Amino acid sequence: MSEVLVLVEAVADGDNIGLKKVTLEMLTAARVFGEPSAVVAGATGTAAAVKDRLAEYGAAKIYVAESDDIDNHLVAPKAEVLAQLVADSAATAVLLPSTQEGQEVAGRLALKIGSGLLNDISEVDADGTATQVVFAGAVIVKSKVAKGTPIYTVRPNSVAPEPAPAAGEVIVVDVAISDDAKKVRVLDRTVESGGGRPELTEASVIVSGGRGVGSAENFALIEGLADSLGGAVGASRAATDSGFYPHQYQVGQTGKTVSPQLYLAVGISGAIQHRAGMQTSKTIVAINKDNEAPIFELADFGVVGDLFQIVPALTEEITKRKA
Amino acid sequence: MNIVVLVKQVPDSGSERTLDPSDNTVARASADNVISEMDEYAIEEALKVKEAHGGEVTILTMGPESATDTIRKALSMGADKAIHVTDPALHGSCVIATSAVLAKALGTVEWDLVFSGAQSTDGGLTMMPALLAERLGVAHLSGARKLTVDGSKLTVERQTDGGYWTIEGQTPAIVSTWDTMNEPRYPSFKGIMAAKSKPVTTLSLADLGVDESEVGLAAATSTVLEFASRPPKGAGQQVKDEGDGAAKLADFLASKKFV
Ligand SMILES: Cc1cc2nc3c(=O)[nH]c(=O)nc-3n(C[C@H](O)[C@H](O)[C@H](O)COP(=O)(O)OP(=O)(O)OC[C@H]3O[C@@H](n4cnc5c(N)ncnc54)[C@H](O)[C@@H]3O)c2cc1C
Ligand SMILES: Nc1ncnc2c1ncn2[C@@H]1O[C@H](COP(=O)(O)O)[C@@H](O)[C@H]1O
Repeated sequence: MSEVLVLVEAVADGDNIGLKKVTLEMLTAARVFGEPSAVVAGATGTAAAVKDRLAEYGAAKIYVAESDDIDNHLVAPKAEVLAQLVADSAATAVLLPSTQEGQEVAGRLALKIGSGLLNDISEVDADGTATQVVFAGAVIVKSKVAKGTPIYTVRPNSVAPEPAPAAGEVIVVDVAISDDAKKVRVLDRTVESGGGRPELTEASVIVSGGRGVGSAENFALIEGLADSLGGAVGASRAATDSGFYPHQYQVGQTGKTVSPQLYLAVGISGAIQHRAGMQTSKTIVAINKDNEAPIFELADFGVVGDLFQIVPALTEEITKRKA
Repeated sequence: MNIVVLVKQVPDSGSERTLDPSDNTVARASADNVISEMDEYAIEEALKVKEAHGGEVTILTMGPESATDTIRKALSMGADKAIHVTDPALHGSCVIATSAVLAKALGTVEWDLVFSGAQSTDGGLTMMPALLAERLGVAHLSGARKLTVDGSKLTVERQTDGGYWTIEGQTPAIVSTWDTMNEPRYPSFKGIMAAKSKPVTTLSLADLGVDESEVGLAAATSTVLEFASRPPKGAGQQVKDEGDGAAKLADFLASKKFV
């Protein structure tokens, strides 16, 4: 059976190393082509922490390249590891997450192995035809790689991860990282806490606030509602630009692209650039005092009214029903 | 410190965008074309570095003839000169081929630093600066929300999902910028007037020594097979809050098993 390489995205939270959900999604998507092999490239100890879960989700092999050279330098070393594995394994495709790092690695890898690539795909068929949703969700494109071993970056939250236990045979690979790949050093990684909430691109529920929320203090209402649903908090650009909420939570064209099961837009008008980032959410709910706000055009359920009345009552109602 | 800023012209994200059914490429001729928004932050950062450390700022764009509007805007913000790579054979080029052409064009200027947007608003690939760094063998400090220049040493805060990383490299380097980096200036009247007489060099594929067979739709490393407008998500139920809005919404969420 042919082999498909999947670049693992791991996250360290203090001493805990976990997998980004998109890794499991890629292992699931990769099965249309053949047998997924997970590639762990990073700090020493990463593979030990994640290998059982990789096997549970279908990794027949787990290639492990761990060293300070890889961990202490940005992006380029991972592309070298993958290029070597493509050459040694005769892989038929490579999947990476469509995160900033995944996309940068994918681009470099494409040049190294002389392949074409498709970015931010939400689906791929056995014949290599991939689906991309572009232009703020307005257009669906089907494309194919025309050269080399196809490389795909996969949009988080677009594939439902399904377990499929496999051997998970660990194969340690020794890749000598070139000096060229060590030009950017990582000095420090700073975590800015999300208050214990799930990460935005991985959350299955997101409650986002816009300019209508009015102030940074009032965002406590949005956080309260998010917490009652076990969700993440997002924001429109008007809200982040006004300093109501940190920029890293911005949803939209110049922020995060999210695709949760439930997206609640509170005091957000629904400008095209905001919709670009949340349009593919499964269920969309809007709370807005203006019944003509464009966000209602995509809402499965819309409430016209004052968010300062509705949100506290809703949080209370949900908390009560969950109790 | 001589700086090149990569600027891309894109269809305005606020207007309707689609592909051209005749060859499945981005419909640029029919669109309102503007400067890709992230690139304005790259220009602003370049002007700031020039103000602090001296040198010249050159705008580099590859795109159709209409991209001259984009170039004028960048020059009116304060850049010194521009290079416009344009050639009919470039139409439909994939990202890999575009990076080959831009890498060649970067070879025609003396530079210490290249700035680019982290992501364009049409392709949104987040790849061009990484491809150029790979081709040119220079450092790529990516996803910057803050840059400190100390001689040839560059320190960047790289914005990440859960915070930021502090990264370090040396010139020559490429720095890609997010829109958290600065506040782009508006062109002044004086800047707009001055831009009219700033030098713009136009380069064809022949000028760069790139063969036509390496670029364009026919040589693209990926192919669009088909495209379709996504069916608009029909609006669902709407209720007006009469004091019972929260309860009705909770019922809806319960019916969908979120509560
Ligand atoms: C190139 C470009 C990129 C962009 N990228 C993004 C992006 O990534 N993400 C993004 O979000 N935007 C982006 N924008 C900005 C976008 O165009 C809008 O300006 C922005 O989304 C508006 O945010 P908003 O809906 O919070 O604010 P507004 O449009 O001001 O809407 C506020 C809404 O709140 C409602 N409201 C007010 N008070 C209450 C109340 N008490 N109760 C209930 N409802 C109330 C109002 O009726 C209104 O509909 C971008 C713009 C450009 C040009
Ligand atoms: N044709 C082009 N001409 C000049 N710069 C470009 C071009 N394409 C991409 N870029 C630069 O690369 C950045 C990232 O683009 P992308 O990889 O398409 O997301 C853009 O913000 C530009 O700075």
